This record gives sequence, C-alpha cells and structure tokens, in this order.
Amino acid sequence: MRFIFKTKYSQDINIAKHNGDRFWYSLLILIMAALPLVLDDFYLGEISYICILSIAGIGLMILSGYTGLASLGHAAFLGVGAYTHAFLLTNGVPFYASIPIVIVVSFLVGAVIGIPILRLTGMYLAIATLALGFIAEHVFIKWEHFTGGNRGLPVPQPEFLGMSFYDSVFFYYVCLVFLIAAMFAAINILRSPTGRAFVAIRDSEIAAQSLGVNLGLYKALSFAISGAFTGLAGALLAHYIGYLAPDIFNIFLSLTLLLLIVVGGMGSLHGTVFGAIFVGFLPQLIAICRDYLPSSIGSQPGLEPMLFGLILVFFILYEPLGIYGRWIKIKLFFELFPTYKRQTFKKQKVFTKSDRV
Amino acid sequence: MQLIQLIIDGVASGCIYGLVALGFVLIYKATETINFAQGDILMLGAFVAYSLIGLMGMDYLTGFALTVLIIAVFGFFLDAVVVRQIIGQPAFATVMLTIGLGFIFRGFASIYWGTDIFSFSTPFSGKITEFNGLIISYVNLSIIAGTAILMSALYFFFTFSKIGVAMRASSENQLAAYYMGIPVKFIFSLIWSISAGVAAVAGVLLAPITLVDTSISLIGLKAFAAAVLGGFGSIPGAIVGGIIIGIVEQLCGTYENYLFEGVREISAYLVLILTLIIYPRGLFSDKAEVKKV
Repeated sequence: MRFIFKTKYSQDINIAKHNGDRFWYSLLILIMAALPLVLDDFYLGEISYICILSIAGIGLMILSGYTGLASLGHAAFLGVGAYTHAFLLTNGVPFYASIPIVIVVSFLVGAVIGIPILRLTGMYLAIATLALGFIAEHVFIKWEHFTGGNRGLPVPQPEFLGMSFYDSVFFYYVCLVFLIAAMFAAINILRSPTGRAFVAIRDSEIAAQSLGVNLGLYKALSFAISGAFTGLAGALLAHYIGYLAPDIFNIFLSLTLLLLIVVGGMGSLHGTVFGAIFVGFLPQLIAICRDYLPSSIGSQPGLEPMLFGLILVFFILYEPLGIYGRWIKIKLFFELFPTYKRQTFKKQKVFTKSDRV
Repeated sequence: MQLIQLIIDGVASGCIYGLVALGFVLIYKATETINFAQGDILMLGAFVAYSLIGLMGMDYLTGFALTVLIIAVFGFFLDAVVVRQIIGQPAFATVMLTIGLGFIFRGFASIYWGTDIFSFSTPFSGKITEFNGLIISYVNLSIIAGTAILMSALYFFFTFSKIGVAMRASSENQLAAYYMGIPVKFIFSLIWSISAGVAAVAGVLLAPITLVDTSISLIGLKAFAAAVLGGFGSIPGAIVGGIIIGIVEQLCGTYENYLFEGVREISAYLVLILTLIIYPRGLFSDKAEVKKV
C-alpha cells in the first residue's frame, strides 16, 4: 500500500498522483504508439473505433457520471458532429479548420438545447432528452439540403499532413492523438473549479447551491461541454463509417453510449476507456456466444438486444461502479492482502430522494 | 365532418397512449420510479394474446382475460424479484435498469415468437358502422369502450376496495401506511402488476390495428408525452393527455402540408418538449409545482 506524503495543497489536484502513475501512463502511451508495428489493419481499425467511442464516452461521462444528468439522446450530438464535419469537408473546408468548427457548433447546440430543458430534474430530463434524440433523428432524415436525407451523405476523405484517411495506420494515430487530447482536456476540466462544481451538483444540488454554484449555468455548461466532446467523436466517426445515413444516429446508439459508461464505471474517466473496449468488442463477444449456443437460439436476431439488456441489468444490480469499480476492488485486495474486508465497498442504503414537495 | 372523423380516430389511438401512460403514472405515484419498459410489457401482452388466441385458438374474451392475468402476474414478480433491489439508488439507476429490462423483453420476444408480423382474428376486425356519414370501425369502438370500462373499474377499485385505498395510502406516505399495518412492499408489487395488466389490455386492444411485432413497444415512448402532458401523477390526466396526443397526431398527419413534412411522427415528442418547457407541471397535476432550478 502506497502512502503519499503531501506537503502542498496543490498536490491534491496533480494530474499524476505519484511517479508510478507517470511511469505506467507514459508506458501505455508508448505501447499504443507502437501498436501499428505489430497489428494488422483490421485490429487497428477496431482500436480506432474504440478510441472514437472513448471520446464520445468522455462526453457522456462528464454529463451523466460527473454532473449526474441523464441523457438518453446523446447520439444526436454524434450526429450533429458527423454531419457538420461531412458538410464542411464537402464544401472544401480543410480538416484542421473543420474540427474546431465542429467542436464549437456542438458546444453551441448543447448550450442551446441545454438551457431550456435543464430546468427539469431527474426523470423528466431523461424523458426530454429521449424525445430530443427522436426529434434530432427526424431532422437528420428531413433536412435533405444539409444531410442528404435517406440517400445518405458520403464523407470526403481529404489529405491531412500529406497523408490520406484511407490509410488505417494514419487514421489510428489521428484517433489516438484526439483521444489523448480529449482525455487531458477532460481531466483538466474536472480538476478545475468548473469540474468541482459539476461533482457538487451531482452529489447534492442543495449543498452546491448553498456554496454559490449557479445550478442553471453549470448544468447548461456541462451539457455544452459534453456536446462538444461527443461532437468531436462524431466527426471522427464520420471518417470511420465513410457514409452517413440518418438511421445510424438512432436511440440504440444513445443507449449503447449509456451502456458504455455504466459498464465502464460511472464517475471515472478510466471507465470510459474500459467501457469503450467492452462495447467495441461486444459484437465479437456475441458472435462467439452464437457459436456456443444451439443453432436454434444462436441464429436469432433477437440475441443481441437480449444480451445488451442482460449485461445492463447485471451491472446495475451487482456492480454499479462498473469494470473500473471491480478493478479498484481487485487492486485493494492485493494491496491489503490478507486483511481485505468485503465491507469496504458495501453499498450504502439510502432513502430515495423524493421529488415531492 | 372530416374534422370529427379525425377526432374519433385520434381518440381511439389516444386511448392506447392513455392506457400505457396510466401504467407509468400508477408506478410513479407509488414508488417515484419510471418504468421505461412499459411499452415492452405492452408488446409482451400482444404476443401472449397472439399465442393464446391466434395459435391455440382460444375464444377472444377468454384469451383476453388470460393474457391480462398472465402479464399481471409477470408484473408482480418483476417488481418483487428485480426492480425492488434498486430502491434507494439514484433515479438514473432505475432508468437504466428498466431500459435494460425492456431490451431483454424485446430480445426474448423476437427469439421466442420470431421477427415476423403476426395477427389474430378478433370479433371486431374489418367491421365498420356508419353514423351520420361518419365511418367508425369496430376496432376503434372496442378501444374506446375498453378504455372506458377499465377506467371505471379502476376508479371503483381505488375508491371503494380496501386494497385500492391501501394503495392510495402507500402512494401518499409509505411510512405512515406501514405504521397502519399495510404491507407496503406487497402493495407496491401489486401496483406493478396492475400497471402491467393495464399495458396488456392496451396491447390486446391495439393488436388489430398495428398487428403484432416487436416494434409496437415504441408506443411506450409516445405515451411519455401523454403522461407528462397530463401531469405525471394524475390518473385522469394520463387518459386526457393520451387523447390529446392522439388527436394532435391525427391532425398533424392530415394537415401536414400546412406545417412541415414528417410532422406526424414527431408531433408527440414536440408536444412533450413544449409541455416540459412551458408548463412542466402538466394539465392535471395534483402537485403544487414541479421542482425547478
């Protein structure tokens, strides 16, 4: 067990808590950078997809995991990002200019949507975002001038730094760099006063308000920041898919994002990556399950939603902190061996907060 | 005349929304959780009815009653075994849990019954009556009549029966009800079973119109609009909200040219968002005010 001797208050908000952290995360980045040397194109594509999912997951994690606001329509932001990016590229805007515009546009969309609906709390918010997701999907279908409607919209793959996006090694590096940048941005947002205000709102709105947090402002800000991250992921997703159709950005994608953060672990940035790896490999996992099940069940199309639901229910009931929570427990078990106590992580029973006056 | 025709059609589909919304409201009033799987329970109801009436050749009314009974028992155990464990967790957990349950039901239905579109014969299929130039189908009449009968039955149940009063008491104040000797947990499971039963009624009534397949669970999402419009927590509000949504949808569909293309499919969601922004407490709310920031 490691005890950190703190001599300055600022140590509390250091990005890396100790040298071990620095060493392991640097090693991780180096390994990720060296991966194209050993893996072939297929796996690089999969890992690029996981990077994109992680960026989207960071967006939703800031909103749901850190600010405590549920969003059941986050695919809409992916759609906004993807379509804006494709539209700009089609009209000759270069890649390096398009990405910042996408981020700003999704930020603004998040703010504009956020301001009216964030007066709602709890489940009203969940329902409202669900409805917004449907409306957004519909807008993508009907606004043909901008999105190409049901015909779809091909995404141009421009040259960037003299390389083409068709090159999977180059695309992998682009995704990796954006993931690392997004991770740093998220860490820095979360250790700033803004991020502290988010966490305060999640834990107790009344306490946050008493400490001078402007609830409406910070909730809208959280929505906007979340939208910006997810929009960026959408822009990269557009390159990954190559051809945008409105039915990609449906409610199932929104729920997949929620599955990602729940399985990964609510309220932890590690969780977004764990969750993205899980969701990214879920189709393969299901394919493996199909092989082992009798063919009468294995060949059914309903297996996918069923497993999806089972995993969700299982995690909510038995491991609310997700894969990251499980990791923490295993780590602590070995650090404290043989004195680990199960009760350390016992779920605390609380009275349900009532919305009634 | 066309307008009246539209309104009649709207009322019929609105009754279905209202019944599903009623399920939300019952559960919300009692436990302050929302069952996002309500539409999927409706779908299960329709499928069970298809099995009993369409495949096993049962009489329509017997099959109807048996379906409602099966789904009600299912709803009881759904609460007693699964959902109860989540009490005390943040609202987010319940939302995710019921969404997950909905996925399981849909996956189960498409594995067990398959992804085809099914139908079964009802005494109302294909019959119409004419009244002053209005064309009313028996199916729509059956929906409206079924809703009216169910509503009055529920009204009498909640007003005069001992269990009904116990349910209202538990919704009002769990602790006080518990001190009065009401088995609150059991009552909550019973409320879940009523709510599932109501969804099953809606599913069976709806089956002749939309036919039976897994996509009908999406009605549950439109029913949110009805519940919110009626003021979450009010039983008559749910039905009135549902009827308003149904009529609005019919009108938007017919006068699409004057509005914008495709307004019909999203009209329910637009009403939902507008209600939440402008008048979030809803039309019939018994609460003083929805908590605002």
